[in-house]
Amino acid sequence: MSQELINVFYIVAAALFVFGLKQLSSPATAVRGNLLSAVGMLIAVVVTLFSQGVLEFQWMAVAAIVGALIGALAAQRVAMTAMPEMVALFNGSGGVASLLVGWAALYNPGNTAFIHISILLSILIGGVTLAGSIIAWGKLSEVMTSRALVFAAQRLVNALILIALVVCGTLFMLAPALDSPYLYAVIALSLLFGVMAVIPIGGADMPVVISLLNSYSGLAACAAGFAIQNNILIVAGALVGAAGIILTNIMCKAMNRSLANVLFSGFGAVKTASKVEGEVKPINAEDAQLILEAASSVAFVPGYGMAVAQAQHVVRELGEILEKNGAEVSYAVHPVAGRMPGHMNVLLAEANVPYDQLVEMDDINPRIEHIDVAVVIGANDVVNPAARQDENSPIYGMPIINVDHARTVFVLKRSMASGFAGVDNPLFFGANTRMLFGDAKASISAVIGEFKR
Amino acid sequence: MEAVYLAFVLMLSIFLGFELISKVPATLHTPLMSGANAISGITLVGALTSAGSGMDAVASLLGAVAVTFATINVVGGYLVTNRMLGMFKKKESPRQPEAPA
Repeated sequence: MSQELINVFYIVAAALFVFGLKQLSSPATAVRGNLLSAVGMLIAVVVTLFSQGVLEFQWMAVAAIVGALIGALAAQRVAMTAMPEMVALFNGSGGVASLLVGWAALYNPGNTAFIHISILLSILIGGVTLAGSIIAWGKLSEVMTSRALVFAAQRLVNALILIALVVCGTLFMLAPALDSPYLYAVIALSLLFGVMAVIPIGGADMPVVISLLNSYSGLAACAAGFAIQNNILIVAGALVGAAGIILTNIMCKAMNRSLANVLFSGFGAVKTASKVEGEVKPINAEDAQLILEAASSVAFVPGYGMAVAQAQHVVRELGEILEKNGAEVSYAVHPVAGRMPGHMNVLLAEANVPYDQLVEMDDINPRIEHIDVAVVIGANDVVNPAARQDENSPIYGMPIINVDHARTVFVLKRSMASGFAGVDNPLFFGANTRMLFGDAKASISAVIGEFKR
Repeated sequence: MEAVYLAFVLMLSIFLGFELISKVPATLHTPLMSGANAISGITLVGALTSAGSGMDAVASLLGAVAVTFATINVVGGYLVTNRMLGMFKKKESPRQPEAPA
């Protein structure tokens, strides 16, 4: 197949990616969008196999089959609550693939200086994506501590790594060779840099990290595209890179912090919130049921705790009971609730909550005064009124779901420990707040039990 | 010239990406991310050309490993996105669709 013809097919593939991403913007068309994008990928791959450059099929076939099996199995098996970890690992495998493609491109004859720079970039971005994703996976799956790891001279160390990267990169450029020691140094330093970039970021900030790594995996593919002078890699990589940046930006806005602030400072290290004192008003399932039965509008506000307790199914069950009882039920999801963008929405969708009941923060806040009961399930920071009131709070200025303005608030909580960011939450002491202590799933089940009596 | 032309493609794609994504509702952020992630597996195309070039054993090996990882990314990414999106359903009709509150 001639290069021109291949490029024509690549244009078709790129168009399918664009249409696919566009259709992903509405739940009604999203399945088709994903399919279109997959067809685009298939076209790009098949056409590449027919290009004259590809001679040896056997190894590739083995490699592709192994990859497809692993990917398919992982996609099938993963629990929806573990989706952030899964996406982190997929990001990582995309990153390492780009690193290797860049590395292999060194073996192409007649590489120019521009191509060598592209190769270095794909190794750098790919390596950072790989190492960063593995650390993110470790934090999300709690294989390692999910807290921010901060140590003295961290910035100095990072700066030294960056300088070393530039120096090694430059030395490599002066004498590009297949076995240049500086090449290996760049690979090692990129991996190290990826680790260092993610360890100072704490659990509640993970949505930002995941979006950013998503962006990097695209940019790595893009750089690999420059390294092998391939259009489709550049186009698709740049689309993903841009998408990731937009998501990152949305996440940062939802936390009222700049990207630099998320990346370079451990959460909670800067300010300490004023301690609020008060008395919590506990409630039992029986009384909770009475209040819920009388309510004509109920909003559930889920957080990461719902994922941990696997409570999404019982939450939906309670929601249905309340609806049958005549109440208007909605599920209000904060943009950074959970460990990745849209995490809670996926869990609720898994539990068969119709997507027209999932409402965003900006939709619920203007009418929160008219909500009879807001049920907070495993969320803390995203409903913490200190974000509005306490200038000393580390989350001051972050937009929150104003559940404290609802007529009654139920807070489901395991026990009285402060949430992830270690901020004290005045919501717990609110006059209209009732605390339902215990495992979220058990608590909701108990309330359902009361309804069924 | 080639480099300038590719950079041109890059710039347009980035703007297009910004335009496409800025309108996605928060509800779909996770599938969007895994769907976009699957697209970043496009590096598979590059891996296939490196693995199959038959020029150098090391390059072929690097390419083959890259093919494995990129395929994980592509196949896993699309399947998991599809699985997630299949869960997003509109309210079924049996329960009266517009119940008065």
